[in-house]
Amino acid sequence: MNIIVCLKQVPDTADVKINPETNTLIREGIKNITNPFDTYALEEGVRLKERFGGKVTAISMGPPQAEPMLREAIACGADEAVLLSDRAFAGADTLATSFTLAQAVKKLSPCDLVICGRQTVDGDTGQVGPEMAEVLGVPFLAYVSEVREASEKGVKVKRMVEDGYEVLESPLPAMMSVVKEINQPRLPSLRGQIKAKSAKIPVWGTSELGVSAEAVGLSGSATKVVKIFYPKRESHAHLLSGTPENQAIGLLEKLRESGLITG
Amino acid sequence: MGLKINCEACTGCESCVPACPFGLLEVVDDVVRLKDGCTLCGACVEACPSSVLAIEEAAKSAQADTSFQGVWVFAEQHHGQVKSVAYELLAKARELADSLKTEVGVVCIGDKLQDIASLAGHGADKIYLVESPELKGFREDAYAGMLAELIGRYRPEMVICGATPMGRSFLPQVAARLRVGLTADCTALDIDTDKRLLRQTRPTFGGNIMATIICPEKRPQMATVRPRVFKKGKSYPDHRAQIIKVDLSGAAVTSKTKLLEFIEDVSEKVNLDEADIIVAGGRGLGKAENFGLLQELAALLGAALGSSRPPVDEGWLPYSHQVGQTGKTVSPKLYIACGISGSVQHMAGMQTSDVIVAINDDPNAPIFQIATYGIVGDLFKVVPVMIEKLKSQK
Repeated sequence: MNIIVCLKQVPDTADVKINPETNTLIREGIKNITNPFDTYALEEGVRLKERFGGKVTAISMGPPQAEPMLREAIACGADEAVLLSDRAFAGADTLATSFTLAQAVKKLSPCDLVICGRQTVDGDTGQVGPEMAEVLGVPFLAYVSEVREASEKGVKVKRMVEDGYEVLESPLPAMMSVVKEINQPRLPSLRGQIKAKSAKIPVWGTSELGVSAEAVGLSGSATKVVKIFYPKRESHAHLLSGTPENQAIGLLEKLRESGLITG
Repeated sequence: MGLKINCEACTGCESCVPACPFGLLEVVDDVVRLKDGCTLCGACVEACPSSVLAIEEAAKSAQADTSFQGVWVFAEQHHGQVKSVAYELLAKARELADSLKTEVGVVCIGDKLQDIASLAGHGADKIYLVESPELKGFREDAYAGMLAELIGRYRPEMVICGATPMGRSFLPQVAARLRVGLTADCTALDIDTDKRLLRQTRPTFGGNIMATIICPEKRPQMATVRPRVFKKGKSYPDHRAQIIKVDLSGAAVTSKTKLLEFIEDVSEKVNLDEADIIVAGGRGLGKAENFGLLQELAALLGAALGSSRPPVDEGWLPYSHQVGQTGKTVSPKLYIACGISGSVQHMAGMQTSDVIVAINDDPNAPIFQIATYGIVGDLFKVVPVMIEKLKSQK
């Protein structure tokens, strides 16, 4: 099975703190990490390879600093990695990003399965996966929590829907996004780390992918950010004081006054 | 393409440095310098008092195609019933369409659809019905194919859909097929009437930054919108809609995927997305058994039970209850957070709630920053009194 896993390097939003005076982000010391959801995608790719044989290739679009993340992916079981990096890729929205990643998948084909996380923690859109599947013309299986069977012909997966789970069958090639329920990502192995150290990670830009600069990055994007601002976060909490009983009664009164609860 | 820096004009004032949401600007020897990773968001351009920074764009001659008309809502249904987010979007679509002097279209895809008359009563001018036994269950590729086909045929200028798991998985496929823009998970929509541009605002970076996004040229302009961001509008019993039954037998209705089994999760019966009230617990609950207390409070209030991440990680509650960036994004009328300190991730998933109540013993917990009402105290003393009082009033 030839598997491609999409990874993104993101700022660790768990470390983000807000400066209450300026209402801006305090960025000092924020590390770059592999998008947490993508670690489940990588782990699932490696597990499928271990079960059914084949190869796992990790790909990422990002600045040159994303290379160590791909080395870590190799340390965690990926066989190869490719970094898509080019100044022309900057400012890409989900349409341009999915187009670029899909071109890399095509170049790496034949490929049976592309796996991604359900969303990134910085952009938070969850759109790149389904958009890529469409560009590649393959079925997209969203929110997969278990891969039950896989063979040359197809996969059988369990995926989360709003009120439960569905078991779906899909032919291959296909693309899927995974949720964190699916597995527990492993730590890098010693052997993997040795392999990662010497691994060659090619960097592909527009010329390697054979795409025009117009089709990628800001030029290839349909959307445009016109304003960035910080949400208002002024503390105006009405604190209820007194004994626990007074507090509870006071709260219920407030909620009743606002019509939020009846009785 | 890129961020252009006119180094000669730079005074080294550093106004742009804190403006960059990604911390990529630095001033070295009194001149600003850009590190790698710029997303060209433009925040620094506005912040610079000396017009040193500019986003260099390739000249774009294409204009938006004005033959696209009308505001569409994709009405998500579940087991044949239209979901409430569709009515919320319908109210917003009515407002947008009125300001653009155009009409509201609603798209319903499925089998044996109900509630069609009620969609008309909530402001739809046209209802596009695509019914087929093959469309009974939601399959991303089939639904995406249908909607893309309809858009191609009837050419709306805007399409909005709920940012539900379904909307977020199939609308991107429609956007990619049509090669148009799509803004995910919006919390506000307004319109630039002159340019007929939909201004779409969404939280990003874990809810720490808000971005307003437009689609200058490609049509339709598309967005997914979080449930409960907009209010369901009044109904107009006399409002009539034209019902257009669309025969798409010529187009490919079939999905490549096959549904083998549906396993209903009874613990997900209470739908966090649609609940008016959510009672949620965090690490402060201490152990699984203590969620019984919150369950009792929730039952008395007719509320759904939510959780921050630690109780789920500890295995006290199933993942389906998790609210936050890695769980569900909710926006109820009332959110009661018990023993939740308020991590950035948790707050990203619930900060748009109308009224937030925080009960926590730590007065410095970040949750109090976004709370409407706060109780600094022991939840194990406060919640039982609430339960007792609510019971006595029944």
